[in-house]
Amino acid sequence: MKKGSSGITFNPDRFHMNQWKFHAFLITLSLIMGAPIIFIINHAFKPYTELFAYPPKLFVRRPTLDNFTRLFTFSSESGIPISRYIFNSVVTTAAVVVLSILISSLAAFALSKLEFKGKRTLNKINQFALMFVPIAVAIPRFFVLINLGIYNTYFAHIIPLLAMPVGIFLIKQFMDSSVPIELIEAAKIDGAGNWRIYWNVALPLVIPALVTVAILSFQVSWSNTEGSNIFVDKEALRTLPFYMSTVVSQQGNIVVTAGIGAAANLIMFLPNLIIFIIMQNKVMASMAHSGIK
Amino acid sequence: MMEVTKQTKEILSPSLKSIFKKSSQSPYWFVLPYASLFILIIVLPVIVAIILSFFSFDTIQPPTWIGLKNYVNIFTTDSVFLQNAVPNTISFSIIVGPIGYILSFFLAWMLAQVPHKARTIYAVIIYSPSITGAVMMAFVWRILFSGDETGYLNYILLNWFGVKDAIQFLQDADILFYIMILVTLWSSMGLGFLAMLAGVLNIDRSLYEAAAIDGMKNRWQEIFYITIPSIKPQMLFGAVMSIIGTFNAAGIASALSGGGTPPQYAGWLIVDHAADFGFTRFEMGYASAITVILLGIVLLFNKVAYKLFGERE
Repeated sequence: MKKGSSGITFNPDRFHMNQWKFHAFLITLSLIMGAPIIFIINHAFKPYTELFAYPPKLFVRRPTLDNFTRLFTFSSESGIPISRYIFNSVVTTAAVVVLSILISSLAAFALSKLEFKGKRTLNKINQFALMFVPIAVAIPRFFVLINLGIYNTYFAHIIPLLAMPVGIFLIKQFMDSSVPIELIEAAKIDGAGNWRIYWNVALPLVIPALVTVAILSFQVSWSNTEGSNIFVDKEALRTLPFYMSTVVSQQGNIVVTAGIGAAANLIMFLPNLIIFIIMQNKVMASMAHSGIK
Repeated sequence: MMEVTKQTKEILSPSLKSIFKKSSQSPYWFVLPYASLFILIIVLPVIVAIILSFFSFDTIQPPTWIGLKNYVNIFTTDSVFLQNAVPNTISFSIIVGPIGYILSFFLAWMLAQVPHKARTIYAVIIYSPSITGAVMMAFVWRILFSGDETGYLNYILLNWFGVKDAIQFLQDADILFYIMILVTLWSSMGLGFLAMLAGVLNIDRSLYEAAAIDGMKNRWQEIFYITIPSIKPQMLFGAVMSIIGTFNAAGIASALSGGGTPPQYAGWLIVDHAADFGFTRFEMGYASAITVILLGIVLLFNKVAYKLFGERE
């Protein structure tokens, strides 16, 4: 058989004519999937005249920052400035990201590399919890938070997002295959305790999984409205996504709404997208170990 | 005398310091923070929901025990639940779940057939809708699907396809439901999709080479004899993710139709029903009973997924 005629087309190195069907399909699909996002980007920068223009146009002609200005200068009845909401969002999201990484990786380390009673059961429980749908327990969580005394505090935004079965699952799977047991044995012989092994041996080898968990927890926290809607009722404790949805829903006119809404959307969406694009290699490396066995 | 007792003590049992040193290395310390949060935020709320479901509780009066009355009422008198929430949830999840799932597998497979650079660009575009917030996006959908000629889709239909009257996409209960499905599918290529893509890309190339030598004829055979069996664990992960994604969809119909209750309860899901009773009517016991039923349904769907894709023991 001649080289190259084996018919294997899997994971090719360069473009080849026999890929054209895939490219045709994928380009069409990318256009459809990407269209609403192109629309948001254009719409966010449209001046009034173009928002109301008939026939409607997809692309912006004379871009302005009017929608963003309106979004930011809108003062709610409570008179709390937008900087407060931004501050709340940044603080709670930073806390969620750092704490999720720490808590998930600690538990993942024990579940992957340490021997203790109940380990198998805990692994089973966590795998089972992957299918947990947080939105279903919003009401009972509300009562739990009240009884813990953290209703109407920053913790009400943070604590509910920290138990992240998928995070611990991804780190554990990554550790299983990327941290060799010999390395841990060697560290033990050198006198390292579990904490030292966790910090100096295991963590540096699972950075892709940690990055993935950071991205996931960032996404969840940055766009989370449940906390502001249900777990706090002080305006000064609410976060950016809540502010944005109020501003957008308080505008009477749907056309103006769409302009401000697009601007708000862009602000919520862009950080997520940029972080993902920068880190996508690490995310893919981590997802390779995501299989449930 | 003192000295001797101290020494014997140390021989008989290790000093406090060494006990501390040993126990501070205990694996349980590593699991403790996660385990306590898990109990607090996941286990406890589920238990609270189950307990509350047997009570009548309006958050002002103390709860009163009413036994199974909430469940009886849900299944006998709650016509919105029976005629809207349940059928909507089931048809929504049966359509969105499998279609999204199959789509993410085929996209992953297809992306594996193109070179790395192009693949990365496609993958980012296909993934990016999943990180837009569903409820925030509704403001954008509302202008795209607006019911008069200023709506982008209506404009195209009216001017390019000769449709006579603008279609009330978001006020017509039947159409609203399909738009909700479309919008959810659009944003469903998330973690499960990435898992499958990574899975497909990590299949050992020599498997394909060996199969080609053994006379594997076409791509379909490749898919069914190599690709799917090789990424079964990722397929299960993807299935679980798509089930969660489907049941997590809440408030979309309401946001699309402009807030409040959507016309004729179109696209009204069990989650919406629970939130409605919990946070607008403050009937916490009743809402909890709905929650318990929902958790039961999620469990059932996952059982099916594990049956289909899990490894036989």
